[in-house]
Amino acid sequence: MAQDLPRITANVVIPKPSLQKVFDNLRASGFGLIGPTVRDGAVVLDEISSLEDLPLGWMADQAPGHYRLKQTHHPEYFFYGVGPDSWKKFLHVPQLKLYSVEKTDGKWVFKPNYDVIPPRAFIGVRACDLSAIGVQDRVFLSGEFHDPHYMRRRERIFILAANCGRAYSTCFCTSMKTGPKVTAGFDLALTELPNAFVLEVGSEMGSEMLRDTSWEPATAFDLGRAAQSVQNAEREIERQLSTDDLPKMLYDNLEHSRWDDVATRCLSCGNCTQVCPTCFCVTVQDTSNLKGTLAERTRLWDSCYVREFSHVHGGNIRPTIRSRYRQWLTHKLASWIDQFGTSGCVGCGRCITWCPVGIDLTEEVKAIREKVQR
Amino acid sequence: MSLAPTPVEMHILPDPMLPYPAVIEDIQSEAYGISTFSLVFTDPAKASTYHFLPGQFNMILLPGFGEVAISISSNPSLPKVVGHTIRYAGSVTRALGRLKVGDMLGIRGPYGSAWPLERALAKNLVIVTGGIGLAPLRPAIYGILRHREDYGRVVLLYGARTPADLLYTEEFASWQAGGIELHTTVDLADENWQGQVGVVPALFYRIRVDPKQTLVMTCGPEIMMRFVIYEALARRIPKESIFLSMERNMKCAIGFCGHCQFGPTFICKDGPVLNYAAIEPFFGKEDF
Repeated sequence: MAQDLPRITANVVIPKPSLQKVFDNLRASGFGLIGPTVRDGAVVLDEISSLEDLPLGWMADQAPGHYRLKQTHHPEYFFYGVGPDSWKKFLHVPQLKLYSVEKTDGKWVFKPNYDVIPPRAFIGVRACDLSAIGVQDRVFLSGEFHDPHYMRRRERIFILAANCGRAYSTCFCTSMKTGPKVTAGFDLALTELPNAFVLEVGSEMGSEMLRDTSWEPATAFDLGRAAQSVQNAEREIERQLSTDDLPKMLYDNLEHSRWDDVATRCLSCGNCTQVCPTCFCVTVQDTSNLKGTLAERTRLWDSCYVREFSHVHGGNIRPTIRSRYRQWLTHKLASWIDQFGTSGCVGCGRCITWCPVGIDLTEEVKAIREKVQR
Repeated sequence: MSLAPTPVEMHILPDPMLPYPAVIEDIQSEAYGISTFSLVFTDPAKASTYHFLPGQFNMILLPGFGEVAISISSNPSLPKVVGHTIRYAGSVTRALGRLKVGDMLGIRGPYGSAWPLERALAKNLVIVTGGIGLAPLRPAIYGILRHREDYGRVVLLYGARTPADLLYTEEFASWQAGGIELHTTVDLADENWQGQVGVVPALFYRIRVDPKQTLVMTCGPEIMMRFVIYEALARRIPKESIFLSMERNMKCAIGFCGHCQFGPTFICKDGPVLNYAAIEPFFGKEDF
């Protein structure tokens, strides 16, 4: 039964089980599905194949240094908030072979990494995370040099975004103006209602994936309910980060006593940088075979909390936790804006939830702001 | 139906992390633990198109060991042979020190900003360097010597730990003959040293500067540069006329690895040569 396809910017409604048809269409079109699924006590992002894999009814208690999944009776697929994973791990991969070098006839021959990247569909991308992808686009694709490894992964994704219907205590996307509603950069964006999905069509490809889903144009009532769902999430957000004049405020307070204070709590473990969807720092690792005829370079996620991160001959530039926390926070909220024209923070709250000692950057900024020292 | 984007072959996207093979043509010992490596790209096409500006650097790869960011210390008007003066300081540079003429390594670059020689035209120039900090300024000196009449008074203040640590001493006579005023100092003299003993910034007391007409370019240990800037400012040389070359840990040289950040600055792409006025709020900040 052939059905016309909705136009770009159209809003349509599909019954919840029809999302499976969207998945099937994506798979038939050559996309591998990556989406949220429950594993090891958390909602993680991994390969999925059907609606069954989604975290139906799962929600998470989130607080500084606290994350506990709980099963509820709510029949919602996308009410879990954000877990420790972000889409960063699929675009800016944690471990990447850059190239190998082979010695033949006494000469080094460089062999670039030509890995073929399969097209993938990201299912359930939050507004904050979509912004984070945009932030990393600026890091890897906007300057004089483009990262071909990032580009090859980035240009082959289909984005099925998911508006948030509820917020968690560590969320502060409204402060960073990234959510909770997605506004651009998606192929399809869903809003989950108790018995249906409202889908906004963001691209021709998105429209194509609605083939045979028995979609119907969204009524004013559906749109009202969808808007209300997003408003609910927005209302639930309590955490705030005041961004007024933030870079200057931080630059003016590089010797603030709060840095000493946070240094007594921070473990310098780097969890925040690993869960952050925008942190991009990497290191490289060189390996070779025992004969010295074959060598490889690997790029790995790094963290500015690692002591050796700033190593130069003669020592480390930032030997103290105080200096490393200050580097992370001032980069994220201040120098990022100088460097890339956007804040490095999207307000997803992961660094707060996943900090083992519950350090909350919004609280740190507040403390510095309240007692300005120069 | 297949609507997914078709795989794009990697080779149409140039990988900026990929080095070009080069051969060591010559190794010149400069001082204890410091040598100048003259490198030539094995690909003639690359060798003939390669060029660099004074102050820029290359990433030098020794496969299996790692990569280091090293300033180019050779003549920019002779870019077919790329010179790097290297101090054996870490694991990669020490491994480089075990290489012989004819051995191969990888180079990518040049990267970073250059000494603003165009701003020194018709002006006086004070170049202040310590130890191996002279290496990234040697290309600038060659450039000045080539068009000496374009500049006013050019002074080189240079110091090292001991007389034996002074680099490029065999070229000093030709630099002076070419119109560069040279003042040297050492921290620790030996029995043959007739010159000044003391730290580099103190050499400022040997010269007079016209602050409005003078540009300062400095490279050396950060602590030295701090006091060079102090001396320059004390002589009313404006911040905007002071340029320094900074060093930070560097893994990629193209702004992706994050290691070389210095506040808003990426030393790899905004630096290494920076205007003091632009970095003043951060320069000298403890552990920054």
